[in-house]
Amino acid sequence: MVSDPITWIFVIGVLLLLGVATTVGQFLKGQPESGLNPALVQTFNRRIRAWWLLCSLVAAALFLPRSVTVVLFGLLAFWALREFITLTPTRLSDHRTLFWVFILFTPLQFVLVGLGKYDLYSTLIPVYGLLFVTARVAFSGDPKRFLERTAKIQAGLVLCIYCLSLAPALLYLDIYTTADISKLRTATPGSDPQVSAYGKNALLLFYFVFIVQMGDAFQYLWGKILGHRVIAPSVSSSRTWEGMLAGSGSAALLGAALYWATPFNEWQAGCIALVIALTGFAGGMAMSAIKRDRGVQDYGTLVVGHGGVLDRIDSLCFAAPVFFLLTKTFFTLS
Amino acid sequence: MTGPLIALIAKLLTGASARWVDCQPDTCQRVYFANHTSHLDSLVIWSALPGPIRSVTRPVAAKDYWGKTMLRRYVAGHFNALLIDRKDIKVHQSPVDLLLREIGSVNSLIVFPEGHRSSGRQIGAFKSGLYYLCKKRPDLEAVPVHLDNMNRILPRGEFLPVPLLSCITFGSPMWLESGEQKTEFLDRARENLLRLKDI
Repeated sequence: MVSDPITWIFVIGVLLLLGVATTVGQFLKGQPESGLNPALVQTFNRRIRAWWLLCSLVAAALFLPRSVTVVLFGLLAFWALREFITLTPTRLSDHRTLFWVFILFTPLQFVLVGLGKYDLYSTLIPVYGLLFVTARVAFSGDPKRFLERTAKIQAGLVLCIYCLSLAPALLYLDIYTTADISKLRTATPGSDPQVSAYGKNALLLFYFVFIVQMGDAFQYLWGKILGHRVIAPSVSSSRTWEGMLAGSGSAALLGAALYWATPFNEWQAGCIALVIALTGFAGGMAMSAIKRDRGVQDYGTLVVGHGGVLDRIDSLCFAAPVFFLLTKTFFTLS
Repeated sequence: MTGPLIALIAKLLTGASARWVDCQPDTCQRVYFANHTSHLDSLVIWSALPGPIRSVTRPVAAKDYWGKTMLRRYVAGHFNALLIDRKDIKVHQSPVDLLLREIGSVNSLIVFPEGHRSSGRQIGAFKSGLYYLCKKRPDLEAVPVHLDNMNRILPRGEFLPVPLLSCITFGSPMWLESGEQKTEFLDRARENLLRLKDI
């Protein structure tokens, strides 16, 4: 149970922000004569709903055992992979490869994360998974467009399962501040360096998800206000250089302002927030390119009636491994 | 209890979302006719129906698949399947009469008028069974049902499903018009089914 005031302040702050955003969204919905594009209001409201879901997911991490969070992220990743593969054309001879990808690699990755076996979960998919997919497709005896087919399945496995699994993996790290790390490194054997681990890993996960989501929002907002130079019109007509830079800059400022919730100092928090906002943006671009290639607007319209999980978490998929590895490299003892 | 549980598992496995286009769920007697790409088709359509309708709907399924193992027989028994032997069709025991006798004046049917599973996205020519069903019981509503992506979840010749997402579309009901010929009716039914593909 959470007794830490910092965690409560952070959670209540995010809840208030979401509450305000929801109220604004509902108010705009009830004002058809406001002159705003109703489609825009609808998009806004849909995004708010997705934020509530994501925030409840990471808020659950604060109150429930961390294994529950791992399972919840596992389900999210499973659904994202379903959408990814459904959208990607595969051949009938890929069926058994896909079966093992869904039935073996997806659950196993999250089981290993839940057991905290870093050496295994960091290699399961990038090494064994990729080799398995390549070999299994070859064993199916259908050489047609071999590399293209293996690459599609591998991309799905890495982006949806591996990258996303590193978000809950944060909960299992022993995180210290950089000052404590240098103390621990220089301490003579036998002496007690008098430091304790950061310990609020669930709050750090919350911080990460919040910054990535706000980065998305800032990039969108600044793109609408300042955007002139579209980066790649045939990939995404709304993503501009101005939106990317101003949005990531705003996310960095927000990240630095919230440093007190993290094991980072102001500068570290700002730099890390900048990096994850930029990688999140890159993730959105990449998923957009996949969607344009398949000629769909978003993953939600691909199978009518489904929410389009991948549309909401594309930036998280890209930012999670970067955030995890930065934290692990600079803020743990390994 | 087993019925709803089977329906839930089928829905989770196939991520199936049902869309009703120009058609509302109803317990009146209907013949749902669908394109056939997978052994799971009958189970999935049945699961997509709302509970009260599910209990009066009987999917027609192949005896050589669903009667083969204990587990399949068990599942088939709980989703009210009417197992039809495709190899053993006798002249004096036509499957149409058998089906009509089984549904009486209460139940609805789920049939696959292509007769066999098609391998891809094409929809083959319809066999005449649907026409004879509607001819002998002109009060039956024929409802086209389009299944999308099921052939990737459990393709022909595979026995383990991959949990991708699929979509089920129910179209507007149709009836046999008076004086309508067999081929006209079957073509019209096929057209109605094909139209759902692009909605």
